[in-house]
Amino acid sequence: MSKEVAILGVGMHPWGKWGRNFVEYGIPACQDALKDAGIEWTDVQFVSGAETVRNGYPGFVSGATFAQALGWSGARVASSYAACASGATSMNAARAQILAGLCDVALVVGADTTPKGFLAPTSGDRPDDPDWLRFRLLGATNPTYFALYARRRMELYGATDKDFAKVKVKNSRHGLSNPNARYRKAFSEEQVLASPMVADPLRLLEICATSDGAAAVVLSSMEFARKRALDPVRVVAISTVTPKYPNTVIEMPNFATDSASSVPLPNAPFRDSIAAAAYEEAGIGPEELDLAEVYDLSSALELDWCEHIGLCKPGEAERLLNDGDTTIGGRIPVNPSGGLACFGEAVPAQAIAQVCELTWQLRGHAGERQVEGARVGLSVNQGLFGHGSAVIVRK
Amino acid sequence: MKKRVPAIEGWFSLDTEKPHLLGSRCTSCKSYFFPKETLFCRNPGCAGREFEEVPLSRSGKVWSFTNNCYQPPPPYVSPDPFVPYAIAAVELEDEKMVVLGQVAAGTDASELKVGMPVELVLEKLFEDEECEYLVWKWKPVSQAEERSHV
Ligand SMILES: [Zn+2]
Repeated sequence: MSKEVAILGVGMHPWGKWGRNFVEYGIPACQDALKDAGIEWTDVQFVSGAETVRNGYPGFVSGATFAQALGWSGARVASSYAACASGATSMNAARAQILAGLCDVALVVGADTTPKGFLAPTSGDRPDDPDWLRFRLLGATNPTYFALYARRRMELYGATDKDFAKVKVKNSRHGLSNPNARYRKAFSEEQVLASPMVADPLRLLEICATSDGAAAVVLSSMEFARKRALDPVRVVAISTVTPKYPNTVIEMPNFATDSASSVPLPNAPFRDSIAAAAYEEAGIGPEELDLAEVYDLSSALELDWCEHIGLCKPGEAERLLNDGDTTIGGRIPVNPSGGLACFGEAVPAQAIAQVCELTWQLRGHAGERQVEGARVGLSVNQGLFGHGSAVIVRK
Repeated sequence: MKKRVPAIEGWFSLDTEKPHLLGSRCTSCKSYFFPKETLFCRNPGCAGREFEEVPLSRSGKVWSFTNNCYQPPPPYVSPDPFVPYAIAAVELEDEKMVVLGQVAAGTDASELKVGMPVELVLEKLFEDEECEYLVWKWKPVSQAEERSHV
């Protein structure tokens, strides 16, 4: 049995910061995806919602919230939360329904409204919750963790603050013409390096903002697509792996890593295992990729991801960047959408948005940011509390 | 003088001279955990359900570090005005784990290096009318002190 599903349609609401109800963003994304798929809402048999945890009950049951807003149709529903990986988890839920033969057409949607400033833990005293405690006892924000990775890169591989700034410069140029991007402004290295230090060595312009936004995809069985004589972009792998014990890299929101004192290390560290599982499922390797959308929560983190997904060996991502390999027109463009640098993060929508971009690229509909001849693309991210997320799509 | 109390109960010993973080150790597979695991061993190959409280090594080597330049949001209780401070991830050799902590007051991030030896101290995290709340922090071991430890 084929493990592929078709991407019939994609849609996004532009990213921004308006503070409106998340449903206002999600519905246009759904409508665009349905229109792009050439189907009616009432054709959808399964709705898979990526949850938002900052918008009360409607956010927790986002699948049902959108099903109701689009008009109760009797479709089956599920809602998933996996932090930044929620989009991949909800796509995977839809894929499983389709591959199990339980439905032909599924709508996947994620939308968010975010508060200003640092993402803080949900309110109330919760001394049993590590996400609350890391703020309370350490003041460890998300950028604190990004900075620890960035500083280690500098000390281990000799990365410089200029290298990090160049990632932002590249992505800001990639996103210039992207109508869904929140920030469409080309930054120079000097401008990036002149922005205030937030968590040394990372500066304000190198840390992803929190955004409002929404993305949706319509997935279907290959048979359903063929009956409509469509030759769609296909999802050939979705990885939602968790770490293997012991995970010895400090991860948000933890205070400590696992201990490797009595159990040997796994073959690959967690972040390497995320894409590896997707490659294995797709039966391809990183050398077959034409582009990648990776989770640049910070400029430096994009360099880490280039290595975690196997584009180069550890310590070589700066060379890849400086040689122009990861720029559109280069050997393996990374974040042609502009990435989080141009979008900011709308948590439940982000992994779905990555797949929207891959789809437009593989269809040849990406306009000025088109990666010529793109046939295979990978998206990768990671959600708080051990959620891996990687999707491989191909023509 | 205000009463000095831990900002969180049971995470570290209150020995002001030589404090230790308090972890737990599975009595079956000997895996360490911090904060303490007390219910089920997280080693997937171990069914252990008994743990002993153990003091963790009070010195280690810097794995990485940063300087928090902006005031963190609540529930962090920040001094007014906010003063930037460093945070370090520290590798404990015996436990083979990395533990986060603020860096002791008076040490700037620019003085830190990966691999640098540090040791645990207790310092004030915040205070209210009655109490000073203590937390563990990492403090660089000066080379002279390091030699005297040998
Ligand atoms: Zn055990």
